[in-house]
Amino acid sequence: MKFAVIVFPGSNCDRDMYHAAKDALGQEAELVWYQDATTLENYDAILLPGGFSYGDYLRCGAIASTSAMVKELRVQAEKGTPILGVCNGFQILLEAGLLPGALLRNKNLKFMCHHEGLIVKNNRTLFTTDYEQEEEISIPIAHGEGNYFCDPQTLEQLKANNQIVFTYSNNPNGSIEDIAGIINEQGNVLGMMPHPERATEDILGSADGLKLFTSMLKNWRESYVAGA
Amino acid sequence: MLQALEVTPEVIEAEKHYREMGLTDEEYQSIVRILGRRPNFTETGIFSVMWSEHCSYKTSKPLLRKFPTEGPQVIQGPGEGAGIVDIGDGQAVAFKVESHNHPSAVEPYQGAATGVGGIIRDIFSMGARPIAVLNSLRFGQLTTGRVKYLFDEVVHGIAGYGNCVGVPTVGGEVQFDDCYEGNPLVNAMCVGLIDQKDIQKGIAAGLGNTVLYVGSKTGRDGIHGATFASEDLTEDSESKRSNVQVGDPFMEKLLIEACLEAINCDALVGMQDMGAAGLTSSASEMASKAGMGMEMNLDRIPQREDNMTAYEMMLSESQERMLLVVEKGREQEIISIFEKYDLEAVAVGKVTDDKQFRLLHNGDVVCDIPVDSLAEDAPVYHKPSKVPAYYEKFQAMPTYQPKVTDHELMLETLLAQPTIASKEYVYDQYDSMVQANTAVAPGSDAAVIRIRDYDKALAITTDCNSRYIYLDPEVGGQIAVAEAARNIVCSGAKPLALTDGLNFGNPDKPENFWQMEKSVDGMSSASLVLNTPVISGNVSLYNESNGQAIFPTPIVGMVGLHASVAHITPSFFRAEGDAIYLIGETNPEFGGSELQNVLEGEYFGKAPALDLQVEKERQDQLLAAIQAGIVQSAHDLAEGGLAVAVAESLFSSQGLGAIIEVSGDATTALYSETQSRFLVTVKPGDQAAFEEKVENAMMIGRVNATGKLQVKQNNDDLIHLAVTDLEARWKGAIPCLLKSKA
Repeated sequence: MKFAVIVFPGSNCDRDMYHAAKDALGQEAELVWYQDATTLENYDAILLPGGFSYGDYLRCGAIASTSAMVKELRVQAEKGTPILGVCNGFQILLEAGLLPGALLRNKNLKFMCHHEGLIVKNNRTLFTTDYEQEEEISIPIAHGEGNYFCDPQTLEQLKANNQIVFTYSNNPNGSIEDIAGIINEQGNVLGMMPHPERATEDILGSADGLKLFTSMLKNWRESYVAGA
Repeated sequence: MLQALEVTPEVIEAEKHYREMGLTDEEYQSIVRILGRRPNFTETGIFSVMWSEHCSYKTSKPLLRKFPTEGPQVIQGPGEGAGIVDIGDGQAVAFKVESHNHPSAVEPYQGAATGVGGIIRDIFSMGARPIAVLNSLRFGQLTTGRVKYLFDEVVHGIAGYGNCVGVPTVGGEVQFDDCYEGNPLVNAMCVGLIDQKDIQKGIAAGLGNTVLYVGSKTGRDGIHGATFASEDLTEDSESKRSNVQVGDPFMEKLLIEACLEAINCDALVGMQDMGAAGLTSSASEMASKAGMGMEMNLDRIPQREDNMTAYEMMLSESQERMLLVVEKGREQEIISIFEKYDLEAVAVGKVTDDKQFRLLHNGDVVCDIPVDSLAEDAPVYHKPSKVPAYYEKFQAMPTYQPKVTDHELMLETLLAQPTIASKEYVYDQYDSMVQANTAVAPGSDAAVIRIRDYDKALAITTDCNSRYIYLDPEVGGQIAVAEAARNIVCSGAKPLALTDGLNFGNPDKPENFWQMEKSVDGMSSASLVLNTPVISGNVSLYNESNGQAIFPTPIVGMVGLHASVAHITPSFFRAEGDAIYLIGETNPEFGGSELQNVLEGEYFGKAPALDLQVEKERQDQLLAAIQAGIVQSAHDLAEGGLAVAVAESLFSSQGLGAIIEVSGDATTALYSETQSRFLVTVKPGDQAAFEEKVENAMMIGRVNATGKLQVKQNNDDLIHLAVTDLEARWKGAIPCLLKSKA
């Protein structure tokens, strides 16, 4: 399986994401500079890493969301390519309209970084099949603007379609309904604030994030077999 | 328009304008002698910043020469952007600490942010990828609105900058004492990882090679920052706010990536950060180190504002700028790398062989001075030194022996002292895990960063108990180095080398200079015995506000190497049934202790004693035991003594408790700050092996599952409290102080 890790100016979890796919998962991965590729056709999955694209100037993810690379992301999203956006990557997906809602500043108005308990609310997505439903996992967060918000209709839709994938067991940032990660209706674009790529080895304090990547791999293999 | 203000060389001399720039009459006269003429306005400014204490170390140089700087592990000692030590496998680590005290006192957010930015540039200018930042902070008491503001904004500034550039902030310390009220200390340390073959130096070699300016444009911010940092803070320091630079971490992140890409291109000859004294120091130092000269055309400098004068451009401390020297004819190879990141990269000059520092502006030569005179001919002062009266008084005092009767109350009080209390409020705001290598996050004795693809890791710490150094600078200086090494050893690593952040008051006062001398003596002797050479550092003097100096605060930043990740050892208790050992005897030593602070509100008497040979033996024995795999946890005894250390060891260990037995005077046993002591836990089956390896280890109790800390003497409970209650006080103290009305 071949992963693309998209690097925008100011991305800073790009290498972490690369190592998660390459070393922890043992698959192919490439860092793709946002201007260097016109197509992502040759990748089996796309990872949007965290960081501060364009310094978070204007709004988190806003400037990156206007890049040509994001146009290509839309094409791939449409085609069903798995896309995972973490932290700033999630913010970009929201700004690009690939996922609904917005992220506000944390309720205490401070950046926060520590491990948080997450509950897997939907283990039937291609990102979560290796988790148990309602499994509690420990994944680090590191953000200043991770307070997820959406209007009541959107929230109803998210619930009705089972689009809420992760919630916090102890809501740190004020997110509506404790939401930590959501998926699109089609089921191939996941955005989340916590960093699974920072929890792929025991030496980092938790390896609970690895199952997210193994789920992606397993589902890719199955779809590959099905497709062939 | 400002040009009109530039007075002629004659007027500079007649009206002594050089004094406003920080030069003395004698210094001015020696400049006239060097040049054989009077310097013009720009040249006077250039000399004044290069000869400022901040750039020239003119006062501290005679002291810094005392530091041991060599060892088989040292690849690069003091003199470059950062020191470098060997960590095997062709790899090395570059590290350095730097202060940003004065800017942080007037503009805390930007002062702290640009302090982080500056030290990170020092590291990647060596070609190393920055992998960790630590901060050593000192403030007054968190009871006044001003101190709370300084504290909060310094932390925000570090977070705002460090989080964005993607370098984890993994540790450091924060301490609070009255002496820092008007003059907080903000010292930042950065560690970088590099393959030895990629090490860069800041040299302008090769006649005719091109000088390339990269990064942000030059503005009027930070003009004369180095001079500002070389004088006392006074009530009108507020008016120096415009001397404080403004940071752009996004620009820095791009610069890191571009510069680290550029080192792979062999067209790059040298690279240096534009730090203190900006373009002036980077350009003249690069030329001087190469034994060459340099000529720059200032018309080509990217400028943020209109009508900037040569003086302003040369003295600006605008952030996120680097100076590169590249092979003539191959400029475009490097420029293309910077263009990828939308960064400016402009050829502004060339390397010459006449050893002159020559600047052109609007067709005129505005500066033409021997380059070595800037970097090497700065005056060196041997300041008078005098034993302070307070020291003699303290030494003559009888031993201070306090008596605590309510030990539960005292432990609760100590845990809530801001210097001891949890700093989670601070480090939770820092991204401590980016780069996904953080094996031990903030809150332990030392942070641990694993080295990807190898079975090894780095332990990193900063330490300095300035109370001891105030009481006795020599012993206190030894303790600062020993404590840093203790923290490294407790984490399971072997100490490699250190960087020093020397923060002192006005050296013109003989008593202050004596403190400097003695602390450097103490640090030097400890570095020698503990085999931790001083490979880089920074000096910040004139840390006074309204005539009152800070405690002498020479911060020690130390790096150690874990020979295997299996050696990484936590500071907290891990399992029920483990035996608790105290290594080292305990004497009634309360001078400078947290207990003295609580009971007396001031520090006096003698600092705790230190025997460096004993220290070294204990550290070696403990490390050997850890490497043998028979130590479950290790924590050094520091502020608050044994009682605090045991409580802290229980705070991360859910549900565990401990019972310990003390003997002799309970106040001494529980709160004395006798040095060279460790708190260690060992599995029952490993006790015999441990006792064989480690001398002076007394078993004082066991870890249990009661969730309570119980301290007994004979059959009495001195302390019997729920760990969760103690932890709540320890964690809640700083947030509580910040919320309470001033």
